[in-house]
Amino acid sequence: MIARFLAAIGAWLRRSVQDLGFAVRSFFIIIASSGGLWRRPRLVIEQLFFIGNRSLVITAVSGLFVGMVLGLQGYYTLTTYGAEQSLGLLVALSLTRELGPVVTALLFAGRAGTSLTAEIGLMKAGEQLSAMEMMAVNPIQRVLAPRFWAGVIAMPILGAIFTAVGIVGSYLVGVVLIGVDEGSFWSQMQGGVDVWKEVGNGTIKSLVFGIAVTFIALFQGYQAQPTPEDVSGATTRTVVISSLMVWWLDFMMTALMFSK
Amino acid sequence: MGGSGSGKTTVLRLIGGQLRPSSGSVNVDGQIVHTLGTDELYQLRRKMGMLFQHGALFTDLTAFENVAFPLREHTDLNEELIRTLVLMKLHAVGLRNAAQLKPAEISGGMGRRVALARAIALDPELIMYDEPFAGLDPISMGVTANLIRNLNDALGSTSILVSHDVKECFAIADYVYFLSSGKIVAHGTPAEMAVSTHPYVKQFVNAEADGPVPFHYPGKSLADDLGLQTGGGR
Repeated sequence: MIARFLAAIGAWLRRSVQDLGFAVRSFFIIIASSGGLWRRPRLVIEQLFFIGNRSLVITAVSGLFVGMVLGLQGYYTLTTYGAEQSLGLLVALSLTRELGPVVTALLFAGRAGTSLTAEIGLMKAGEQLSAMEMMAVNPIQRVLAPRFWAGVIAMPILGAIFTAVGIVGSYLVGVVLIGVDEGSFWSQMQGGVDVWKEVGNGTIKSLVFGIAVTFIALFQGYQAQPTPEDVSGATTRTVVISSLMVWWLDFMMTALMFSK
Repeated sequence: MGGSGSGKTTVLRLIGGQLRPSSGSVNVDGQIVHTLGTDELYQLRRKMGMLFQHGALFTDLTAFENVAFPLREHTDLNEELIRTLVLMKLHAVGLRNAAQLKPAEISGGMGRRVALARAIALDPELIMYDEPFAGLDPISMGVTANLIRNLNDALGSTSILVSHDVKECFAIADYVYFLSSGKIVAHGTPAEMAVSTHPYVKQFVNAEADGPVPFHYPGKSLADDLGLQTGGGR
């Protein structure tokens, strides 16, 4: 009984290490296959349009509402301490440091990530990737690498849009609707937000999330068995693994970036 | 030729280097396929064209773009020349006027013909066809069979066709190999195979239910499965 239990744990560990090794190897294969994109930047630009454009509306609308809620909740909390003039600073710090990169990454995983996994999985199911291989075209170079770099580039841009729209949302609620002093709102934000520490670190977070989410989405699609069940399962796995990875990476990076 | 699961498609995938043989070797144009590196394998594949069972067309591209794909990937030809070549290939399969349609807008048979135009886009020396007649109506089947034979003769290439459609294959093939359980069980010209007394070939060519290929999947008998005793007088 115990021997069987230990054997099962051993097999699970072995399989996990093997899967992890395969994923890391695949990641470096995508990076190594990206050289040709310098000669054909059109491939990345096309995907940047598809991936970024597809996620733009949901990112901007979510950013607006998150900013509005943050403005409202921040105002109620700060009023308790008579510090409602700091609303701009509170909102800007929350959005640039955390909410902008993290919520955008989660939205990106749900919108663009699932779409990438399903697209690659269905291409595999329809033998399109095999056909490409038989035409002497490397599918990793031609299909995966452009999508990977498009995702990596799109994430920080979407994160910045989310943050900017969020600040506008909190301005609308805090200043226009509630009547917080406009001068204090902007000047406290300007004085308290450091370009490198806040905006820079937020951008780095977005970049790392972009790498993680896009790679997970592509890997899941490429590894999916060519059946409807597995393509659908891969799409679900993309959201689950990406979300957990975003939270874990966020905690690690926050600990590194903002520890005193 | 051979029944389902006899290893026909596996042979094509071994030739194309998409599978590695567990033993033995595959020699194509003087090269042992599974020993080639990625670059060498891709060089060899440039001499090959393959028609997949369901066409494997890129669904987001039009028929024109599908046929232009290998030309754009492997040549530096200008757009005007690519257009001329693509229209010629599509004309050869009778679909020049469907150039701007996407795979979802054309029938399965037409899709197979677009895929054929794509497979011959780079004038390959070896063309492989994986079940080109599967799921086609009799008219499309006849048209596709003639097309395969005519294109082969016009290009002067070698064609390997995998199928279980006896009539069409015997009409266009020069030589036929029969596979069963991954092994060659018989081979010869279509005329020789048509009169062969080999049990497998005979069963296959005449579509007989009885022969070396059993209808029922091997296992327990029906009497055992239903719990009936045999020979017990009940």
